[in-house]
Amino acid sequence: MPNIVVFIELTHTTQIPATAPGLLALAARLGTPIAVSVSQSPLNDEHIAALGAQGAAHIYATHSAQAYSTLNSYTVDALEQAISAHQPAAVLIPASVDGREIAGRLAVRTGGGVLADVIDAHAHDGAITAIHSVFGGHYTVAASVPEALPILTLRAGAIDEIAPAHNPTVEHLELGAHTAGRTAHIDAQSDAPYNTNRPELRGAATVVSGGRGLGSAQNFVLVEQLADALGGAVGASRAAVDAGYIDHTAQVGQTGVSVSPQLYVALGISGAIQHRAGMQTAKTIIAINKDEDAPIFEIADLGIVGDVFSVVPQVIELLKARA
Amino acid sequence: MKIVVLVKQVPDTGEERILDASTGLVDRDANDPVIDEISERALEAALSVKDRDKSTEVVVLSMGPSDASKAIRKALSMGADSGIHILDDGLLGADATLTAQVLAAALRNADADLVITGNESTDGRGGVVPAMIAEHLNLPLMGSLTTVNIGSASISGQRRNDEGTQDVSADLPAIISVTEGFAEARFPNFKGIMGAKRKPVSTLAAAELGVNIAARTKISSVETRAPRSAGSTIIDEGQAAAQLVDFLTTNRLI
Ligand SMILES: Cc1cc2nc3c(=O)[nH]c(=O)nc-3n(C[C@H](O)[C@H](O)[C@H](O)COP(=O)(O)OP(=O)(O)OC[C@H]3O[C@@H](n4cnc5c(N)ncnc54)[C@H](O)[C@@H]3O)c2cc1C
Repeated sequence: MPNIVVFIELTHTTQIPATAPGLLALAARLGTPIAVSVSQSPLNDEHIAALGAQGAAHIYATHSAQAYSTLNSYTVDALEQAISAHQPAAVLIPASVDGREIAGRLAVRTGGGVLADVIDAHAHDGAITAIHSVFGGHYTVAASVPEALPILTLRAGAIDEIAPAHNPTVEHLELGAHTAGRTAHIDAQSDAPYNTNRPELRGAATVVSGGRGLGSAQNFVLVEQLADALGGAVGASRAAVDAGYIDHTAQVGQTGVSVSPQLYVALGISGAIQHRAGMQTAKTIIAINKDEDAPIFEIADLGIVGDVFSVVPQVIELLKARA
Repeated sequence: MKIVVLVKQVPDTGEERILDASTGLVDRDANDPVIDEISERALEAALSVKDRDKSTEVVVLSMGPSDASKAIRKALSMGADSGIHILDDGLLGADATLTAQVLAAALRNADADLVITGNESTDGRGGVVPAMIAEHLNLPLMGSLTTVNIGSASISGQRRNDEGTQDVSADLPAIISVTEGFAEARFPNFKGIMGAKRKPVSTLAAAELGVNIAARTKISSVETRAPRSAGSTIIDEGQAAAQLVDFLTTNRLI
């Protein structure tokens, strides 16, 4: 089995990210998962056990007191070293903001080729083919890097398998000072506020999204209440984000998050093509909009022509009564 | 200060976009070509520096087929000073690796203090090209910024990653990529449109940049998903909430 290098994007407080299980599961299908981590102090036993439980066969644990002082340069160095030490058949990196930058730099440095925003991958006779979902899911494109190292960025939430657990072997390495190139510096870091009681938008089974039709940040609470009643994640249209009803991280669509949940509920969203690009692969779509000509109804399995402020509170009451 | 803005022409996202199933490439004739909105925001960031300091020189750099010249003209009419068009039939369908090689080669001769790009294009969505260019040119990259302060020798700004927000800084020369958090672009005015006709645009082929055309990625298949069709639509007369909950129950969604 070929080695597959997986980048575990630890948070700066050394938490294992939500992207790790999906990356390791895909790596386990393609070969032997070698997890690469970068932290300020050596990775502790608890993290090693947790990564093993998620499927890492070997852990290439690097550390440097400077790891979080510059923008991604230590990570690119660590991955470059892991690649030369373990000669993988592919590298898997989360398609996160930092992951994409790391993948781009790493590809240039190692002469590899990037397969970006991948939703799945297969191995046949040692060759790796990546699957992409293009133009809002209208097309599924298979692509490969036949003559160089494939570096895949994996869309969060795309893989929900779990890899078999391992008792991993570990090598600890201290990274040398980054001297290879000019870098940007991180002067301060603050965490995004997140609601631990709600599922992550990427990969959630149920998503309830609100649009400009909600009218204000106060009214947007209605979207959150329905999401909670359904145990779902909260999403939004770009117009709702632009109007300040909710944080940009909730944006679903062309330039936001792409979701493929079992259930997508669109509240006060017209269904512009750029919004549909991020949600039209949902299994079931329900839309509530007071305009019967809203384009969202063209793709909804159940469309309700009505006022969100009247229908949604009743739905929440009925769901509560059932529970 | 000299700022080079990378501008990409893309199919308009406001219409259905088509992939050619035999090549896996975008069918460029199916949609109106437009400047990618994020490229316009990148240009706006450069023009706002020029608004404050008239000595700023803003160059737009675009790789694309012959009608990408329209995107460059539009950028000039918005206020950019000159354009560079990399036009080469061999670059049709270039992957990120090749695109970054070409753009980096053009930038190597451009002597920019600052390169501004969008964080990802709407047709590619890979978001890797800015980092590839940074690596080729040994430049610091401040990617996915939501705000920026551009000084004469250094830049600082805020970026948002999956963990939260970061305050970042770098010395010039550097490359930055902007997100939708940046201001929408200004519209060209009449004076700008007239003036754009006299502004210089140079056209270059890959060989003139010393780039050997070879893509690393290969598309092996393209499948089309059947379009979604509408289900049932009901009008709320007080009963819709109950019908919605019934629908959820019948379809085992709760
Ligand atoms: C390059 C580019 C990228 C883009 N990316 C995205 C993206 O990622 N995501 C995205 O969402 N958009 C994106 N857009 C914007 C997109 O074109 C639309 O402008 C946006 O989706 C509209 O959001 P909306 O549906 O909330 O607002 P609107 O289109 O204004 O629709 C609001 C809807 O609410 C309904 N409504 C109002 N009041 C009520 C009520 N009381 N009850 C029920 N219904 C009500 C109205 O009938 C209307 O249909 C992008 C645009 C461009 C150009």
